[in-house]
Amino acid sequence: MSAREKPRLGVFKFSSCDGCQLSLLDCELELLAVTDAVEIAYFLEATRKDMKGPFDVVLVEGSITTPHEAELIRQIRKSSKVLITIGACATSGGIQALRNFADVNGFLDIVYARPDYIETLDTATPIADHVQVDFELRGCPINKYQLLEVLNAFLNKRKPNIQNYAECIECKQRGTVCVMVAKGVACLGPVTQAGCGGLCPASHRGCFGCFGPMETPNTTALADRFLNELGQDKGTVLRAFRSFNANAPAFREESLKHE
Amino acid sequence: MPDRQAVIDRKDLGALFTLLADEGYQTIGPKPYDGAIVYAPISSPEELPKGIGDEEEGGHYRLTQRGDAKLFGHTKPVQGLKAHLYPARQKLWSAEKAGHGFRVVKDAAPQPRYAFIGVRACELSAMLVQDRVFEGGPYVDKGYAERRKNCLIVLVTCDHAGNACFCASQGTGPDASEGYDLKLAEVVDGSRHVFVTEAGSDKGRAILSKLSKQDAADGDVKAAAANLEAAAKGQKRAMIAGVAELLAAKLESPHWEDVAKRCMSCGNCTMVCPTCFCSTMEDATDLSGLKAERTRKWDSCFSIDYSYIHGGPVRNTAGARYRQWMTHKLSHWVEQFGVSGCVGCGRCIIWCPVGIDITAEAKAILKGA
Repeated sequence: MSAREKPRLGVFKFSSCDGCQLSLLDCELELLAVTDAVEIAYFLEATRKDMKGPFDVVLVEGSITTPHEAELIRQIRKSSKVLITIGACATSGGIQALRNFADVNGFLDIVYARPDYIETLDTATPIADHVQVDFELRGCPINKYQLLEVLNAFLNKRKPNIQNYAECIECKQRGTVCVMVAKGVACLGPVTQAGCGGLCPASHRGCFGCFGPMETPNTTALADRFLNELGQDKGTVLRAFRSFNANAPAFREESLKHE
Repeated sequence: MPDRQAVIDRKDLGALFTLLADEGYQTIGPKPYDGAIVYAPISSPEELPKGIGDEEEGGHYRLTQRGDAKLFGHTKPVQGLKAHLYPARQKLWSAEKAGHGFRVVKDAAPQPRYAFIGVRACELSAMLVQDRVFEGGPYVDKGYAERRKNCLIVLVTCDHAGNACFCASQGTGPDASEGYDLKLAEVVDGSRHVFVTEAGSDKGRAILSKLSKQDAADGDVKAAAANLEAAAKGQKRAMIAGVAELLAAKLESPHWEDVAKRCMSCGNCTMVCPTCFCSTMEDATDLSGLKAERTRKWDSCFSIDYSYIHGGPVRNTAGARYRQWMTHKLSHWVEQFGVSGCVGCGRCIIWCPVGIDITAEAKAILKGA
């Protein structure tokens, strides 16, 4: 394939920590294969090269938290054939969506010496609330192998092998002993989408829900278990559901029940 | 005539491991790991869970100290031997681009030779069920068949029932009459620590002939029998009789929606079930598109993708998915494979994060009749 025919890739950042686009750089050896397969046209974390659109594939990290971002994402959408959002911020609003549960002006007054310099929205929202998204890749951060798989699938015009079932399936495939059953540790695994490979339970911690709600999340059943069998109080249950994916509808609704 | 029973002294058990290793087997047995007993590669009896028992209930599992020297005083490991005979992830073949088409490259890696030590009767029953699934009928899973043919089974009978056990009501344990190569019954009486042993196959007889042993004493055989009886009588759970017919008649029971309120569709029951065999195929390419690979992975009937056909998934509600799992396991499995898909190990009860109990659900459906 000649360089001219290579698909043009853009990587854009909105309100986020940069960790997900870093996952692309973290691909190391595979990164060479990526650069063979695509022309990196815009990726400020990796290169100062600032090429204009249109783009064949765009990866978008971060959530929409300012009026400027709300406008910018529309422009990016217009110049992209395929738009893929990456990470909890871009797919649900991220940790900054905690503001959605409170008055944003309260935070402004506490955090900034001159709140009047700050122009922000009342909420942090996922990209899909603003523009059409072709694929959402979950995670906080995303799993680099899943990122490669998604890029690969779009380049080869096939369906990405990304599962939407519960994290428990990955734990069992890996042979991890269930921390909730064998240790009484509260774990969001049964309501969280697979993708991380079961990192936390393999390190004796409960799942924190980084990959957001799985396809059919029964959060009520899990919250009941936390409250009635694992001895958690309502505040702890609320905080379990209100973290990196606080604004994902299933987690948001569950946390609101425990206010 | 059954083989005459012999005993192997505890101190001579190591020789079994050495012998199996010498004969090219990879020895797999129960081992304490991360607060549980799991099947793992072990190379000597010293790695067995000495004096360790387990406590089990719906959604609950803890290791306990038995206060004795038994090596097999636990009930059953977290996951069965399914993971060895039917791995969670298996590459089936790969392909390379060739001209306008592609060339298939078969994965010709030799299959492992496992010696499974400490297999329970329910576990063995589960293997016999999976044999029907993978080897019955015209389409044999060759990889499974080879691993299964290669393997050697050292069954160890149970000395007590776990709280989730219900093999007695399923007719799958706690004793086994076929399918093993060696059967051991562990007897500890004061300082005497022996394994009442019998061979169940030519392979087993050949192994046994090379081991140091004595004739079993009356007390040993009686103790082994008493242990087995305790394991059968001590079972607190039981599957209701006639469950296959009952479930077939109760597909519209309102109880399915009751289960759906508790069931999280997480799939844990299907993952730990030693007979569940559902899988999905994953086709992947490399970035260049010049190489492709097909992988078979464990899947679960609790996932949406599993029943996805043109237009959408067939089983949209948790009730429908639970009904599919339970009625398949206990009812139409019998029509499909000639036996029940449930061996009564109780793993689905223990490892369900919210403790849903298949025996209790069956009773509830019966009551609602």
